Amino acid sequence: MSVVNRPSNRPLSPHLQIYRWQLTSVLSILHRATGIALSVGALYLATWVMYAAAGPRAYALFQDFNASILGRIVLGGWLFSAFYHLCNGIRHLFWDACYGFELKDAYRSGWIVVAVSLLATVLSWIVGLRLV
Amino acid sequence: MDDRRTPLARARGLGSAKDGVGHWWAQRLTAIALIPLVVWFAVSLVMLSGADYATVRAWIGSPLVMVLLILTIGIGLHHGQLGLQVVLEDYTDGAWRVVWIVLVKFIAAVFGLAAIVAILRIGFGG
Ligand code: HEM
Repeated sequence: MSVVNRPSNRPLSPHLQIYRWQLTSVLSILHRATGIALSVGALYLATWVMYAAAGPRAYALFQDFNASILGRIVLGGWLFSAFYHLCNGIRHLFWDACYGFELKDAYRSGWIVVAVSLLATVLSWIVGLRLV
Repeated sequence: MDDRRTPLARARGLGSAKDGVGHWWAQRLTAIALIPLVVWFAVSLVMLSGADYATVRAWIGSPLVMVLLILTIGIGLHHGQLGLQVVLEDYTDGAWRVVWIVLVKFIAAVFGLAAIVAILRIGFGG
């Protein structure tokens, strides 16, 4: 029997409805999501200096947006994305240098990334966005 | 780290995927450069929250900040552009893939150059 015709009773994976969420895969997806968010953020950062160069009237518009609810979400989201992508990026660089490949290590470094980036995010929100 | 390319590929600076190794290295090198830059910028952003126009201009226009900001925006856009290329290669195909990737590179270049001009204008007064 040819390989193509062999009846396949092997599970098709990943099957989304029965997919078991794991820390490692969630963190991996989050690295991509925050990378995309930071790319948009870099455009936002470039826009910021352009508004600052354009004069006080223009800059006031930019400040109004930053002070709005949407602006707070953008800035707060940027801070979280930056801290998470930074910490997990360092984790990636260790892997690239062939450290920490054991499953146990991947979980441990993963939880460290979660803890450090959440702590830094909350601190920066409290100080920077004046949330308390 | 071992160089796993053939001598010819190394001479051409190419990997198995035409430019894989060069792209891979650029992604890592820009990532390493961004570690201190992103930390510096995040702290600055938090410190600057609520600052008025004059304060922000004085900050952007000081010599050290000008250099660090240009590096952060330039390297950040470059690293992001390299990363988005990988993402697009995963999800798009054919002509659209080329269109998207070229568009991303174009936008990154335009915003990067415009930001550098803006920073220099603030610093040197124009
Ligand atoms: C302006 C800041 C940044 C932007 C816009 C950005 C953007 C991106 C994007 C879009 C990707 C592709 C994601 C993917 O392929 O799934 C990526 C990957 C990556 N980033 Fe960043 N990033 C930034 C800062 C950093 C920093 C500070 C680090 C620190 C170590 C870093 C480390 C990495 C690494 C190692 C990868 C490759 C991950 C992989 O191989 O899958 N990035 N980044």
